[in-house]
This record gives sequence, structure tokens and C-alpha cells, in this order.
Amino acid sequence: MSGTAPKVEVRELSVTYGRTTALKSLSLDVFSREILSIIGPSNSGKTSFLRSLNRMSDLDTHARTSGTVRLDGKDIRRDLEPEDLRKRVGMIFALPLPLPLSIYENVVYGPRMAGVRDKRVLDELVETSLQAAYLWDEVKDRLTTSAQKLSGGQQQRLCIARTLALRPEVILFDEPCSGLDPISTAKVEDSMVELSKSHAIVLVTNNTKQAARVGTRTAFFLMGDLVEIGPTEKIFTAPADQRTEDYIVGRFG
Amino acid sequence: MKNEIVKQKIGFGLLLLAVLLVVIPVLCIVGLLLFRGAGALSWQFLFTMPREGMRAGGIFPAIVGTFYLVIASLIFALPIGVLAAIYLSEYARDNALTRLINLSIINLAGVSSVVYGLFGLSLFVVFLKFGVSIISGALTLGIMTLPVIITTTREALQAVPRAYREVSFSLGASRWQTVRHAVLPRALPGILTGTILSVGRVAGETAPILFTVAAFYLPQLPASLSDQVMALPYHLYIITTQIPGIPEKARYGTALVLIGLVLIVNISASILRAKYRKAK
Repeated sequence: MSGTAPKVEVRELSVTYGRTTALKSLSLDVFSREILSIIGPSNSGKTSFLRSLNRMSDLDTHARTSGTVRLDGKDIRRDLEPEDLRKRVGMIFALPLPLPLSIYENVVYGPRMAGVRDKRVLDELVETSLQAAYLWDEVKDRLTTSAQKLSGGQQQRLCIARTLALRPEVILFDEPCSGLDPISTAKVEDSMVELSKSHAIVLVTNNTKQAARVGTRTAFFLMGDLVEIGPTEKIFTAPADQRTEDYIVGRFG
Repeated sequence: MKNEIVKQKIGFGLLLLAVLLVVIPVLCIVGLLLFRGAGALSWQFLFTMPREGMRAGGIFPAIVGTFYLVIASLIFALPIGVLAAIYLSEYARDNALTRLINLSIINLAGVSSVVYGLFGLSLFVVFLKFGVSIISGALTLGIMTLPVIITTTREALQAVPRAYREVSFSLGASRWQTVRHAVLPRALPGILTGTILSVGRVAGETAPILFTVAAFYLPQLPASLSDQVMALPYHLYIITTQIPGIPEKARYGTALVLIGLVLIVNISASILRAKYRKAK
């Protein structure tokens, strides 16, 4: 990755909720065309980290953040409006939650909010986004039916398509497969790998095997600290820190 | 073991009794009104002006008056109430000011209706010089229903899961877009409930309109917002206590019409709400 400028630069990022500290002065870079997997036990600050990258943390009135996050060199707090930032840094949640609208309307929700009116542009977006999320073939004949009639796995891929319709540069996945069966999980992972050819992806996962399968690099968080970050093979075969090894081995054992 | 079954039966019996105690009075009232008042209902009773010092003829102007008051007060109270609820639920942060506003709303709901009437008299009728008119009455009734509309709307908004807001924000929507497209559609049935409740109150209250709009008797229908109107609850009060020699049938008939109107509004709104819920 050396030689290329990082897509996202995180410097001394801290997040606190009241008296509890979720992230302690954390610094790392995310590059284009990679999947950075973040693993770690619960309460290690993984989700807090993810939500700071697109300022979803602003919605939590108790959260206080300090430090800087830069997207293409621009400070996301000072130089960007949250609405614009979130279009460039899309997010997939743990629980797929289609809005109570049709499949089509779910996909075009973001572009519509951004003011896109042209029917042809929207149609085009729906097709390309659903194809990239490996859902097009399953739903192309029923785009006007309610999105809530889809299965859990299809709903999650719809949520991915919905985020892709924003044409984001960075995609944040927050445990996207925690509620999915193995087949749906495989499909979501396939689309993640495919997307990593053109996007920067940050994947928070409780499933270390998933991190090993899809991650270009892997970071291990513990109690709000970044313990170790490196190429996935190295983290999983020869971790530098004993705690990383304990976590990975514990999970595999 | 047998003892337990007996206890359970007694328990169920008490619960059933509680339910019946709620239902029976309603059925009795409706039954009594139907029994005594149904005979009064006729085309003439519903759609003609009163005659002979209200001892004969119909109650058309009172029906029209109540109808106007309901519509006018909703035009005033619904937008303000819904917008206030949106502000309180979606925008306002939890601080001393919002707590003060909440306290005011709760207290506003507890103020007795005659106090609203006197308030309307002094503010709208006298101070703002609207006179005894539809506008004064509708504003007074509107203020009275604001807490109901605000409270129910806010509850409806807060019942929408936070996750829907998060999804909408994560797709680059602004706060208003999120409220408008992700939250309000899901809260609409609840908001309708609040509206129904307030219609019932507006149509049935006497005290707030007593000093602000209600007329004892008017020979013609209102022509503008600054006219007085007759209204069903006040008319009922008059013909029951103020004028001797009104046929009993007419009194029960008037009450039946009042209850019937509220019932029709409630049922149609419930149907609307059910349809809306199903549509999703």
C-alpha cells in the first residue's frame, strides 16, 4: 500500500460516552481498493470507530469525539457537511432494515434525497446497484413489491444496493452478516470482495473467520485500543502481540 | 390443585367484571339515546331551522355550527400541534427549556374547560377584538386540543424505531428529509388517533364555546368567521334547562345526533387508519 495516499486518515481519534471511553486516541489509515477488517471482543470500540468515520456518532447525543478523521485529506468535521460525507462514506448495518417502501424506492432513497429526479438515471442506478449487490436477478421482475417481503439475506443485499446507489467511495460494514445464514453470508462476502476492487471498505466483524476470508488487512481492537494492524495473513499466522494471538486462537479453539 | 383453579376462575371473573363495567355504561347511554331519541330523527329535524322558540323545527344550525367549529379548530390546532410535536421529538435536545415545555403541555391538558372558555373570552373576544365569533371559539377549542394532539403525535413519532432514522441519515438524508420520508409515514396512524380524540372533544365541549362563539338562537346560518354559531352541546344545554316545554324527544334526539356525529368521525378515522396500516 506504500506510495498511495490513504483514502481515510484517522489521527488520535477518541470517543467517550459520558465517563466511559470507547476509543483511546486511535490512529490508522484506510486505503482504496482494500478491505480493512476490524476484529475484537464486544466493547472494544469497533462500532464506535466505524460510526465516527461517517459522523453517525453525531446522532448519539452522549458521544464526544476528539481527534481528526480526513477523507482525501479533508477534515470530515470542518470541511464537509454530514449529509455530503455520508453519501461518500456509505454504511451497512448489522440488522438489514429496508424502509417500508418498494424495492425500487429503497434503492433510490439516497439519490432522491440528494435531488436526483431523472427517471432514466434512477432506473440505471437501481439496475447497476442491485447487480453489484448480487440481487438483481432475484428481484428484477418485482421491483415495485414491498422490500419487507424479501428474505433476511436478500434484505441485507438490498441494503448494500441502497448504499451503492449513493456511489460512495468508502463503505462501512458493521457486522453485516451477524443475522444471516451461511449461504447469504457467502453472497454478501462475494459482493464485498467485488466492491473492494473499486472502493475502500471497512468491515467490523465478530467473526474472525470472516476477517481471515475477506480482509486485505486486519486490525485488532481491545478495550478501545488498536493492539495491532497488518496484512491479514500476518495477523492470523504470526501476530506480533500475544493478546491478538489469544483472541484469534480462543475464537478458533 | 382444585383450590388454584377456583382462584383462577375468581380472577378471570374480576377481570371480566372490570371490562363489563367499562362497556355497560357506554351501551346504556347509546341505548337510552336511541330508545328515547330515535323517534325524533327525521329529515326535517336534521335539516331545518328551529321554529316557535326552538320548540319545533330542526337543529340544522347547531349541526352546522358544530361542524364549522370542528373544522376551524383543527385547521388551527393540527398543523401547530403536529409541528410542535415534530420539534419536540426530532429536533429539541433534552434541556431545561424542553422540560419546561413538557411540563406546560401536561398542565395544559389538565386545565378545566371552563378556564379555557374564560381565557378565550379575555384574549380573543375582548383583547384581540375578534368578538363572539367562530374564530374566537375555534381558537379557544384549538388551544384546548393542542396538548392532546401534541402528546399523541409525539408518542407516535417516538414509537418509530430509531433504526429507521439511522438508515435515513446514513443515506445522506438531512434531518427534515428523515422526518418527512422515514418517520412521518410510519407515525401517521398514531397522529390520526390524536386527531380523532381531539375531534371528539371539540364537538362535545360546552364550556369553551359558552363565552366565545355559541349563540342561544340564530335565525340564519353563519356567513363568515366573525359570525356566531349555534352548537350542538350548547343547544342541548339550552333546550334541556332554559326553555320550558321542549318535547323530550327533541332533547334526546339532539344528544343522539351529537354522539352520532362523534361516532361517525371516530369510525371513519379508524377505518382510514386500518387501511393505512394495511397498505404498508
